[in-house]
Amino acid sequence: MAWTRKDLLAMRDLEPGEITLLIDTAASLQEIATREIKKVPALRGRTVVNLFYEPSTRTRTSFEIAGKWLSADVVNFSASGSSVSKGESMLDTAKNIAAMSPDVVVVRHSSAGAAALLARELPCSIVNAGDGAHEHPTQALLDLLTIREKKGHLDGLHVAIVGDIAHSRVARSNIHGMRKLGMTVTVAGPPTLIPPAVQELGVKVAYRLEDAIRDVDVVMMLRLQHERMAAGLIPSLREYSRYWGLTLDRLRAHARPDVLIMHPGPVNRGIELSPEVADGPYSVILDQVAKGVAVRMGVLYLLAGARGEAA
Amino acid sequence: MSPASLLIRNGRVLDPANGLDTVADVLVTDGAIVRVGPRLAAPASAEVIEAAGKVVCPGLIDLHVHLREPGFEYKETVATGTRAAAAGGFTAVCCMANTNPVNDNGSITEYILDRARTEGSGVRVHPIGAVTRGLAGKELAELAELAETGCVAFSDDGRCVTNAALYRRAMEYTLPFGTPVISHAEDPDLARGAAMNEGVVSTELGLPGAPAAAEDVMVARDVILAELTGAHVHIAHLSTAGAVRLVRDAKARGVRVTAEVTPHHLVLTDEAVRSFDPNTKMNPPLRGKRDVEALVEALADGTIDCIATDHAPHAASEKEGEFDHAAPGIVGLETAVAVLLDRLVRPGLLPLDTLISRLSRDPARVLNLAGGSLAPGAPADITILDVDRELAVDPARFHSRSRNTPFAGWTLRGGPWMTIVSGRKVFAA
Repeated sequence: MAWTRKDLLAMRDLEPGEITLLIDTAASLQEIATREIKKVPALRGRTVVNLFYEPSTRTRTSFEIAGKWLSADVVNFSASGSSVSKGESMLDTAKNIAAMSPDVVVVRHSSAGAAALLARELPCSIVNAGDGAHEHPTQALLDLLTIREKKGHLDGLHVAIVGDIAHSRVARSNIHGMRKLGMTVTVAGPPTLIPPAVQELGVKVAYRLEDAIRDVDVVMMLRLQHERMAAGLIPSLREYSRYWGLTLDRLRAHARPDVLIMHPGPVNRGIELSPEVADGPYSVILDQVAKGVAVRMGVLYLLAGARGEAA
Repeated sequence: MSPASLLIRNGRVLDPANGLDTVADVLVTDGAIVRVGPRLAAPASAEVIEAAGKVVCPGLIDLHVHLREPGFEYKETVATGTRAAAAGGFTAVCCMANTNPVNDNGSITEYILDRARTEGSGVRVHPIGAVTRGLAGKELAELAELAETGCVAFSDDGRCVTNAALYRRAMEYTLPFGTPVISHAEDPDLARGAAMNEGVVSTELGLPGAPAAAEDVMVARDVILAELTGAHVHIAHLSTAGAVRLVRDAKARGVRVTAEVTPHHLVLTDEAVRSFDPNTKMNPPLRGKRDVEALVEALADGTIDCIATDHAPHAASEKEGEFDHAAPGIVGLETAVAVLLDRLVRPGLLPLDTLISRLSRDPARVLNLAGGSLAPGAPADITILDVDRELAVDPARFHSRSRNTPFAGWTLRGGPWMTIVSGRKVFAA
């Protein structure tokens, strides 16, 4: 299968073969990280713009390193200290950047659909690095790559995604990606953090942490945003942590011994994950970060490479 | 000067108010209907309109538009909005009070009526006054003066009057005027932050949703208050299956409640939001398939009394960016008839005579307006439809100052052909 899309916007859009191609490409590029000279000329002469309207350390850095290892010119454009703070609309900013002829624009924005809007309006390739609570496809791809490397395969595995499903783009992208690759997904959290009709996406729902983590191959814990309390969705962080925080005791009592613990970061230590779980033997959280660079190399390579062949 | 007499010849005259559906002539003199019948003789000076193959019906009436003047003339004016109305086949529109300043006193009402007289297309403009001063939901506007100046109803449309005691007093105070209160039924807490309907589509898109219950709980309250006060409550832009059930039940008990539905809620679902096109964002939001089916059924059986567009012009800059930041609402005057003919009548979901009734006779009854009938002596407000003409919706050709429509590019069969107000042509295709 060859890559033919201009943009990477949402896991929901992708065919299973395309997801596999992205993961395979990332897997083949990850050895670059082990070289003494971490640079290949694959994207020499190509320009990648990181257009970040939301604060992000890990994702932006990950894209930046990925682009640089592939020899692309990488420019970071963040909302603070730019024309955005002068009231320029997102579309105006993006069109101005597009006028400088980048090959790929990586966009992070708090509004669902922001990446799709840019993809419709701009001639360059758009990578969605997170749009509101909609999707975050490269996170799902790095999660899939991490699981595949640890478990040897994906088909037939059962994953529990635990926490604030309602506001999580990571959950949405993973649900689509995992379902397309033949995996079983259970989402779990207090009912106020489970979005309506989520079963229609082909997932199971659990309302107790113990039920969610029993007999699954992977537990993916999500970050709890503190503003959910103000919105009346949970009574307190204390109560959330007591019923939904994953501790070593709970893990040993209810989960399988070969379970993988994942988290998209940044971790609220002591809230959704106890430190001994986050740093313990079940955790693959740092593997996820490492795979993140590989996945973003794969994405940039396929998008910018496809553009090169077309030209 | 318009000719004193007008003869509309050989059209299919469809006049639900008088049980008429027949090929006939319509004779108009001095702004009033003289008679309807076969082969009418006309004075030699009469202008003759050949309407063979066309549908001649009472002028269409839109109970719910936003003309945006005063205050938001960059979106729409009385001049452009009434031209859009004429081009859409409407002979009368009722304009909502959420202008700036708000239409909460007689001088603003007089201003709007004056603009209509001096700048309007000829389409009748009936202002709707605010229920509360400044639409703030705190104290009653000067309702008696508004009614005397020409307001035909009262509404804080765009906002829900959440204080039930205040709303009750508004219903009681306006009882003697014969003017209904029009309810924007939306619980603001249940709908807080929402950008679309709550359901599986909002779940997938990660956009905050408003549940149908946000509308239903307020419709239930309004029905109960109407029962308490004996007042007439009209539900604006009803959009849920639950609200349909509440209105149906209330009507069966004799409560004075009426309701309107918009064309977009009759033909679009929240699936349209998948495009992230801000022109699919409106309030109430596009609902689910079951809601749409319930709305069409309720419109056919009369539970919903009439169709109103909720014509809500916005500038391009307010509709081209991020979905959650975009202004809610779409223009509707110039697409309503074509959308309804093509998507409801043509597939057999709604008979043509019912559609005409829901756009003319029935809205006239809801607000006690003249019109909606071709009876002798009635004002000669007449809309002529071409039900065969096929046209692609091209927002660039709108008469409205705004272009925010989800129907751009849709090819639709049928539409307005001529609009006549008081015997004067205000639009011809």
